[in-house]
Amino acid sequence: MIFQGKVWKFGNNIDTDAIIPARYLTTSDPQELAAHCMEDADPQFVTKIKAGDIILGGENFGCGSSREHAPIAIKAAGISCVIAKSFARIFYRNAFNMGLPIFESQELYEAVQEGEEITVDSVAGTITLVSKNKTFRINPIPPFMEQLIADGGLMKHLAGKRVNIAGMNPK
Amino acid sequence: MGYPITEKILMAHAGLKEISPGQLINAKVDIALGNDITSPIAIKEFRKAGGLKVFDKDKVALVLDHFTPNKDISSAQQCKFIRQFAVEQQITHFFEGGQVGIEHALLPERGIVLPGDLIIGADSHTCTYGALGAFATGVGSTDLAAVMLTGELWFKVPQSMKFIITGKMPKWVSGKDLILNIIGRIGVDGALHKAMEFTGDTISNLPMADRLSMANMAIEAGAKNGIFAPDAITKDYVEGRAKRPYKFYESDANAVYEGIIEIDASKLEPQVAFPHLPSNVKGISHAGIVKIDQSLIGSCTNGRIEDLRIAAQIFKKHKAASGVRLIVVPATPFIYKQALQEGLLEIFLNAGAVISPPSCGACLGGHLGILAEGEKAIATTNRNFVGRMGHPKSEVYLASPAVAAASAVLGRIASPEEL
Ligand code: SF4
Repeated sequence: MIFQGKVWKFGNNIDTDAIIPARYLTTSDPQELAAHCMEDADPQFVTKIKAGDIILGGENFGCGSSREHAPIAIKAAGISCVIAKSFARIFYRNAFNMGLPIFESQELYEAVQEGEEITVDSVAGTITLVSKNKTFRINPIPPFMEQLIADGGLMKHLAGKRVNIAGMNPK
Repeated sequence: MGYPITEKILMAHAGLKEISPGQLINAKVDIALGNDITSPIAIKEFRKAGGLKVFDKDKVALVLDHFTPNKDISSAQQCKFIRQFAVEQQITHFFEGGQVGIEHALLPERGIVLPGDLIIGADSHTCTYGALGAFATGVGSTDLAAVMLTGELWFKVPQSMKFIITGKMPKWVSGKDLILNIIGRIGVDGALHKAMEFTGDTISNLPMADRLSMANMAIEAGAKNGIFAPDAITKDYVEGRAKRPYKFYESDANAVYEGIIEIDASKLEPQVAFPHLPSNVKGISHAGIVKIDQSLIGSCTNGRIEDLRIAAQIFKKHKAASGVRLIVVPATPFIYKQALQEGLLEIFLNAGAVISPPSCGACLGGHLGILAEGEKAIATTNRNFVGRMGHPKSEVYLASPAVAAASAVLGRIASPEEL
């Protein structure tokens, strides 16, 4: 897949309370959550972004709680993918399970300024900084995770194997 | 080549004869947990996938603890939705109202999670149960949905890091101070995706309440799980609570570790994590003058009876300073009753405390004790991120119950030694 958009840059250890504060967790409606996406890190965030834009984080992006509301809020806000130097583990899991594409890159962070356009090609495994015509490699996604994304997330992946599942409606 | 305890538990649950860090496995789950925030999404996903019946009604725990007692209409709606599911599925371990306690205090207390188990929870502090010698890790709601459907889940086998802690802890130093000190040393991503295994003579003598506080905060170093080898203290704790068989695993003597960190506990003083990261840790003697508006004693980290007893020791002789809102949250109804019977609640009331029902409310800035702009709180909780307990411009300082109590008395962050 190809993602193209403006980069919105954040620091290290962006936690789930910054991505979607707990005070809004009385709902799991994606649109309501999206309205408060990144609010405690940048209160104007949702008014500034356009559909397809890309979040760029430093180390340990998404640390903190297990709330899936975090990738849901990001996805529903119209962000096409998240790139970071590294991801916290539950966020990493959730993003794959939800079908929010995420990529790790150490080099991109220093090379790109907020507001610059980048293109991510997940098949070729590259990120291109459009204005400077520079290209960076992204860490490959493990084959099992690729399968999850290809199947459309964890639940759809399981639905493909439904013969083995006792608790499932065999329709 | 030997295995650390974490790999042994995973290997057994995946039905494998060998295993190595980095490997992706599918493993059987003994207990799957959800709360009032994370379960609604899991239930919707479960239904969307065509789920009719959970894989085992005795192995799913649904605990409505975060916004209890319901803080507003939408949290009440979420709970109603979960309740209908729990009744329909005849979930054995469903807790709300007068039965509900903070999940990570409640499940060990009720003997629902046991040594040797593989436990997943749609809550990041599920790692708490590692204190019992179980593999326990936080996952997302969709993972919970998958487990409710199949009883299994995918895992990436973590590398293990070993922490050898030795020496006698000085007075007023607790498991909370140990784990804060460790997070301060290695950082909030110091154990990213790894297992933290705690050993050493300090650990062998450490009470279960302290082990639970330590395992609770493994996630604050980015870890997948925290774990303690089960021993006589574990056996003591589990006996009388367990209603099904359990198993003790231990690390092989020649187990392979990714890193070994040694800590001399006899040199520690009480620790405080400054805003806005749990790794921003200082010894209490370097805290300087920090005036506080609120002191919160409770949460899944430090809301057990042992924690309340320590605080009561201080409040027996001293009252909270005027201008400080002291909030005490017994973590479960059982602990609440114990505190009542031991006379601790009266001590807290005399000291000027508000006694909260068992709830997550204040810890996550939900309700029952929110901070205003510019306010500062000392809390025995586990997270001090921006906006964690209220206004984005409020501040949270993390510490042990002893320090939170002493700080409430003096109106500033203080060591119990100062009283
Ligand atoms: S007490 Fe706080 S950290 Fe523990 S489960 Fe509740 S909200 Fe989470």
